[in-house]
Amino acid sequence: MEYDVGTDQWVLNMGPQHPATHGVLRLTLRTDGEVVTECVAHVGYLHRSAEKIGENLTPRQFIPFTDRLDYLAGMNMNLGLTLAVEKLAGYAPSEKTRHLRVLAVELCRIASHLVAACSTGLDLGSFTPFMWSFREREKIQLLFEELCGARLTYSYITPGGVTADAPEGWLERCEAFLDQFEPVIDELHAVLTSNGIFVHRMAGVGVLSAADAVAHGCSGPVLRGSGVAWDLRRHGEPIYRSMYDDYRFEVVAPVNGCYPQDHDYPPVPPQAVVGDSWHRFYVRMLEVVQSIGLVRQAIKKYRQASGTVDAPWQVKQKLPPGEAYLETEAPKGQMGFYLVSDGSAVPWRLRIRSSSFCNLSVVEKLCRGVMLADVAAIVASLDIVLGEIDR
Amino acid sequence: MSDRIASLLPESWSGAAWAATALIHVALVLCFVLISVAFFVWLERKVSARIQDRLGPTRVGGRFGWLQSPADGLKLLCKEDIIPAAADRVLFRLAPYLCFCPAFAAFAAIPLAEGWVVLRLDIAALFVLAVAGMEVFGVILAGYASGSKYSLFGAMREAAQVVSYEAPLALCLVIPVMLAGSMDLTTIAQAQAGWFTQWFLFHNPFSFAAFWVFIVCATANTNRAPFDLPEAESELVAGFMTEYSGFRWTVFFMAEYTSMLAVCLIASIAFLGGWNGPIPWTGWLGLSHSVHPLLGFVGDCVGFVNVTAKAFGGVIFIMALRWTLPRLRIDQVMAMCWKYCVPLAAVMLMGATLWLYVFPGGVIRGVGGQWSPSPAVATSWTNGGERE
Repeated sequence: MEYDVGTDQWVLNMGPQHPATHGVLRLTLRTDGEVVTECVAHVGYLHRSAEKIGENLTPRQFIPFTDRLDYLAGMNMNLGLTLAVEKLAGYAPSEKTRHLRVLAVELCRIASHLVAACSTGLDLGSFTPFMWSFREREKIQLLFEELCGARLTYSYITPGGVTADAPEGWLERCEAFLDQFEPVIDELHAVLTSNGIFVHRMAGVGVLSAADAVAHGCSGPVLRGSGVAWDLRRHGEPIYRSMYDDYRFEVVAPVNGCYPQDHDYPPVPPQAVVGDSWHRFYVRMLEVVQSIGLVRQAIKKYRQASGTVDAPWQVKQKLPPGEAYLETEAPKGQMGFYLVSDGSAVPWRLRIRSSSFCNLSVVEKLCRGVMLADVAAIVASLDIVLGEIDR
Repeated sequence: MSDRIASLLPESWSGAAWAATALIHVALVLCFVLISVAFFVWLERKVSARIQDRLGPTRVGGRFGWLQSPADGLKLLCKEDIIPAAADRVLFRLAPYLCFCPAFAAFAAIPLAEGWVVLRLDIAALFVLAVAGMEVFGVILAGYASGSKYSLFGAMREAAQVVSYEAPLALCLVIPVMLAGSMDLTTIAQAQAGWFTQWFLFHNPFSFAAFWVFIVCATANTNRAPFDLPEAESELVAGFMTEYSGFRWTVFFMAEYTSMLAVCLIASIAFLGGWNGPIPWTGWLGLSHSVHPLLGFVGDCVGFVNVTAKAFGGVIFIMALRWTLPRLRIDQVMAMCWKYCVPLAAVMLMGATLWLYVFPGGVIRGVGGQWSPSPAVATSWTNGGERE
């Protein structure tokens, strides 16, 4: 777009306390009227030294801190550290534990994507889908509360196993939830995905090419929204990939502009370009459906599996000397944990690779030349969680 | 109505009577507006709660939270009134009232029932639009005086939006004015007496379409979602209201609801028959001033209920819109105005003009009851558009 009328440029400070920045992100925008000419993201307002704390605690003790990284997907964070530690120790949990972990993680992915998709609606001024999705998320939280006693910071998946087996009748309640939740997705599609105003606000806005997405290290729905069918549940390291070995699911990405064919959700609008905000949003909505399928499979497999659920290791269990790095597919993208052990119970070094951090790095590129209101849409479609970025 | 009150007083009191009636009118209208606004605050919570699968207020004032609005008001009154250091103090304080007064002043010319009007103006339709449009000054002033960039953004958006949407809004309002042959809102409503088929909404296809364009433009003009850009909370925090708190903020809030009520009242008078109900049962029962003043008063009360019910229906519609739709972007809002609303309104105006030329008596009109043009219409047509 070209504008022949130029006005004085302004620096607008968006955040760290601003409704659209999802926590404490600070964006400095240089604006020419309503048009943003430059956008700089400042992070670090939520830095809590998680990595340093991890070097002073045993992995078992550090698990509650991982809950607070991506606080919308505590289960997935637990799993990331747990699998990294188990990779270092060369440990494989029982079948029953594996299925219970998949169940918890995928349920948590649904909860996280619900918040992501519908806070996008909130940032576009649509309040109602946000309440609808929180109503559903609440039910997931109640299920988790029953499972592990916590609603947000689960600390459920720990090195060695999980803290508790599924309580009596819990699996049935999970199934009942999924049964009533599936029609709600259609409602959300009605008020968001196929809504004319929503499409106008999201389609063609913040187009991230596949090459750029890869170059910036984007992952998760941000990468897949750009048309790269890359999902660590399929393409990750064996220790992580094998968790999903016997599960059926699609990697949701608009490869060559087409989504997997096994869904009957609203079609892609003509204005949408692969890699724009609308596709990032849509990928999340379709992934919710995939996760529902995974949870259903996990319930079935858990019932069929023999044996018991593994209990966590001792708090002071010693780690074998060596190092291990493992990335897992968290709802926001690839979450990596790096451990170096000198043979004691406490890791000598611990580093975390944040998915949102890389996903946020494209914001400066995407927010150049867009309208002020698009900044909110783009940031929302990137789905960042500051707890994870600042660590 | 002033004539009726004046007739109760002695001749020599005419000056005092004028002042007294003016005061009584203002008090009555202010009561109506403020009670409506308080009701809307509660209603908006209940409507949004219904849509969002919540309960809404249930604590203050019984099961349905009737006292939520007074409780809110009390809370806001108790809040600290902050004026930012960078603000222009005088203008900052002035702005909320500049915003509320025009919205309220528009009620001077809006009849709430036959004869229930503070000032029966020949140009009421124009007056209402012009006065309500002045609200934008208050908003711009608020944005400028706040000394905040977010406020200024909100104010500039409001200025662009309101000035733009006034054009299609006025174009749509010209249609009922033309059909009734008068700018007097009372005459416009009188011209729609009878069955609901007499309403200008059902006069011809163009006026039917124009009503919906009017509603869209009215929504935009009152800054309600999906056009609530000046106060877009996810981008501009609270737009021009960002720096306001406590009572001054409340005044802005009241202005918004007041202007929403005003445009819905205009829509109900200009398109939905005003105080004429869908079925003319008051006429059958003889509830008119020509039969007995008391019966006439009862009939006026029924008319008042009709007007208010239609306007409140419009308000609920606008509320439901807000809680359903996302917000447009500023360029889309402007494009919608100039590319869709203005041409549509112009086409509707031309269509309605042609329709009136081809079918002077109306086609759909008169289906439900016997068609007879109201005296005002008849005279205006024969006099070539001039009122008697």
